Amino acid sequence: MKLVTMAAAAALALGVTGAQAEPVKVGLITTLSGGGAGLGIDVRDGFMLAVKQTGNDDLEVVIEDDQRKPDIAVQLADKMVQSEKVDVLTGIIWSNLAMAVVPSVTAQGKFYLSPNAGPSALAGKGCHPNYFNVAWQNDNLHEAAGAYANFEGFKKSFILAPNYPAGKDALTGYKRFYEGDLAGEIYTKLGQTDYAAELAQIRASEADSVFFFLPGGMGISFLKQYKDSGVDLPVVGPAFSFDQGILQAVGDAALGVKNTSQWNKDLDNPTNKAFVESFQAEYGRLPSLYASQGFDTANLLLSAMAKADVKDADAFREALQAGEFASTRGNFKFGPNHHPIQDIYVREVVKEGDVYTNKIIGTALTSHADAYWSDCNM
Amino acid sequence: MIRETYVNALAVAVLLAVPAWAVIADEPFTITLMTRAAIFAVAAIGLNIALGIGGLVSFGHAVFFGLGGYAMGILAHHAQTYTALAEWPILIEGTKSMPVIWLLAVVLSALAALVIGILSLRTSGVYFIMITLAFGQMFFFFAISWAEYGGEDGLSIYVRNGFPGLNTLVPIHFYGLCLTVLFLVLVFAWRLVNSPFGLALNAARQAPIRVETVGLDPVRIKLVAFVISGAITGLAGAMFADLNRFVSPTMFSWQTSGEIMIFIILGGVGRLFGPVVGALVFVALEHWLGGLSDYWHIYLGLLLLLTVLFGRGGLIGMVSGRRAVHD
Amino acid sequence: MSLILLIEQVLNGLQFGIMLFLMAAGLTLIFGVMGLINLAHGSLYMIGAFCAAAVAGLTGSFVLALIAALAGAAIAGALVELVVIRRLYDKDHLDQVLATFALILIFSEGTRWIFGSFPLFLDVPDYLSGPITLPGGIEYPLYRLTLIIVGLLVALGLYLLISKTRLGVQIRAGENDREMIAALGIDIAKLYTIVFALGAALAGLAGALVGAIQSVQVGMGEPVLILAFVVIVIGGIGSIKGALIGAILVGLTDTLGGIFLPEVMKLFFDPSTATSIGSSVASMAIYILMAAILILRPSGLFGARA
Repeated sequence: MKLVTMAAAAALALGVTGAQAEPVKVGLITTLSGGGAGLGIDVRDGFMLAVKQTGNDDLEVVIEDDQRKPDIAVQLADKMVQSEKVDVLTGIIWSNLAMAVVPSVTAQGKFYLSPNAGPSALAGKGCHPNYFNVAWQNDNLHEAAGAYANFEGFKKSFILAPNYPAGKDALTGYKRFYEGDLAGEIYTKLGQTDYAAELAQIRASEADSVFFFLPGGMGISFLKQYKDSGVDLPVVGPAFSFDQGILQAVGDAALGVKNTSQWNKDLDNPTNKAFVESFQAEYGRLPSLYASQGFDTANLLLSAMAKADVKDADAFREALQAGEFASTRGNFKFGPNHHPIQDIYVREVVKEGDVYTNKIIGTALTSHADAYWSDCNM
Repeated sequence: MIRETYVNALAVAVLLAVPAWAVIADEPFTITLMTRAAIFAVAAIGLNIALGIGGLVSFGHAVFFGLGGYAMGILAHHAQTYTALAEWPILIEGTKSMPVIWLLAVVLSALAALVIGILSLRTSGVYFIMITLAFGQMFFFFAISWAEYGGEDGLSIYVRNGFPGLNTLVPIHFYGLCLTVLFLVLVFAWRLVNSPFGLALNAARQAPIRVETVGLDPVRIKLVAFVISGAITGLAGAMFADLNRFVSPTMFSWQTSGEIMIFIILGGVGRLFGPVVGALVFVALEHWLGGLSDYWHIYLGLLLLLTVLFGRGGLIGMVSGRRAVHD
Repeated sequence: MSLILLIEQVLNGLQFGIMLFLMAAGLTLIFGVMGLINLAHGSLYMIGAFCAAAVAGLTGSFVLALIAALAGAAIAGALVELVVIRRLYDKDHLDQVLATFALILIFSEGTRWIFGSFPLFLDVPDYLSGPITLPGGIEYPLYRLTLIIVGLLVALGLYLLISKTRLGVQIRAGENDREMIAALGIDIAKLYTIVFALGAALAGLAGALVGAIQSVQVGMGEPVLILAFVVIVIGGIGSIKGALIGAILVGLTDTLGGIFLPEVMKLFFDPSTATSIGSSVASMAIYILMAAILILRPSGLFGARA
């Protein structure tokens, strides 16, 4: 009962002191242990870097590890809502965990800011006024890869992805923009690490290019084996298999590969430069795509906090939707379904000294919105 | 036996007192944790009937847990999207009613357990462990590629299903329901163990040839136990899905089978309250250790290891210092 | 489908199977001699890969990396055997499952603690990289061919070890009658440690060899562990010959199933449905194979009758 009284008193005080009086409590649920921990750690570090830099005491962050298990994520979300009484949730990396958590927390009136996962179901019919995706809709980078394939004049692509929903979204996204024919289309087993059979099929097909979406360890394995197979076709893929965290494990096999991303460390804007520098200074490693997304998510939140009180949901939502913060991506804008409308770049994997990294070589799609916004009624 | 009774009473006291405290202190998440433990306990009691009494070390009980979960997920998904589950030969619609869902979960898991049991009971020992694991993996990979029901993403159910006379969205109501089920299942398991069937099952594990000589078919007895066991774990699966308002192929994974097994071993194999104590302790550890360090799995691992190495008969065995009667 | 592609795929299946054999051989040996179900065998595979990646990173030598993998995994295996495993021999399978499951947790998070959360780099050495042309014009990666040869050599070595050496005699005796060899004055504790370290070294070797073309990361051992169990169960637990044949069966089923099942399904469904259904069935194929074999032969292909 005490809490309610305090909230009421705070609401009264609000009229007098203005919008910033109420502290905001954020629940950050992400993957910090087990095999997929690298991505979650990057998102967390990016997010916390922004929090540290603002010095804003009104922001309290509670961090929990979901172990990449949907049921743990749901349980933690319950904890954040019921016990910690957070106002905003964020942090989830994987689409299946997001699908388990987001609909229920937004239905309970909390805000959810996604720093990574953007399943199509939450961008279209399942969109929600309190759900904002700061990174991308899942299909975006694949669509850009398709557009880039047209630009390169590929006529016969061989495409492959794991046999699960995000994999299907990936191939659908690529095909949505790619205009040539397909030399083959394969769904591989989720978690598969040996691609000898697929490589043999690629070799036997008359493909002129290969598009693949194989996140995490799957992509590392594929690229190493691709190099070793002697198949010598141009490869294009989304940034997920070429991010800073895993490139060092792929090594030479990734050199020269083109991949699509909404961010890179050489994007020329002051926010990004400062971000890359301070991230390196703080954590002693180069930031990844995921770190930039975590950083942007925190800054979006801080920008909304400066404008509105989180307890006034409508005003806070409007402040979020405005998206007025200094993004590492330069300009930032939300579409009507609360997903970004943004440029997506083509990057090439290069070696700088001893470190494998990416450099931007062009723009695949400008001011690109996702394919589902028209299904979203809110 | 006296001291084991004390331990059991303590477990019941925890199940009753902690949520009562949580209601007073306004700590709804503690109730959610207790609900999780209660549901895991039901799943593990199911497995304990096959494993503890029948000696059937099933490494595939995730099949039934997952089937229960998907029974809930699919029915509620159709109810939530107002689509029919099947239009031919008869119109079947989804439902958001827990009793109906639970019934279906029990029937489905029992049927699956019957088929898997008939096939698996041709083997024994390590081969039985591994063939049940194989069935688990089949269901896991099938669920992952079943795009119609979300594949790896799983199915999200926005509002918890209803139970007549209760508001299941209130944590303590749902907990009360789960606790009632847990007590009913405990009573059932207790009566089963002491029934002629339970005694026959126990004998079938210890001396199958003698059982045969008195005219009973040990394989058939074990099969019945396996079906009952699967049905109870299936019921727990449906409840677990409702707790999370979510199902995904993870429920079918071999790690899930392993966890259910851990509850039993941790608490004490073949003991009535073993699964309950094991589930309570495991959930508590998971919660507390998770807050201590990013590397909390190391501590969990060490604790599990110490339990096996130095505690004969699980935690209950450690405390009461005696092996279970039927061991 | 051309004959060349078919042959290449059969080679791929063979190579996958032979790598599984390296894992499965240790697992089946340990079960056969000590009667122990070792879920932590996948962790030893991971340790091998991490040792190799670390040493390759320091020295740049692939051969040294392989030696490090063998040594690292063997040492880890021997230590674990001395500290934990030997207390498990007289416990039932259930306790063994729980204890070795606990070891997985400790090893995985411990490795992450030491090496961090990001995958490590380990690559095929230059002299083994790239494809070579086999008779008949088949292009095949040299490294994979090397894996097949190395695997077959290890199989031969194991065969000789077990049939021709004194240690082999002890191992065979241990499989048949544990009390007997103790009575014959053989130091059984030492034998067990050696067998466990040998199994661990094989797993470590497999981890390092496979790590060079896959990803060296925490959790890499568990999927392989499950497959290795499938292999030894199909082959009959305790039988090295069974493990070899089981491994090749599993390798071929998995590889060829993934290619042909979608094609077969295309006879019945439209292409995209066929691909989807075919891939689903393919991912279940080895488990269906295993269940079928166990139903027909409840102790596996070469297992002693239970």
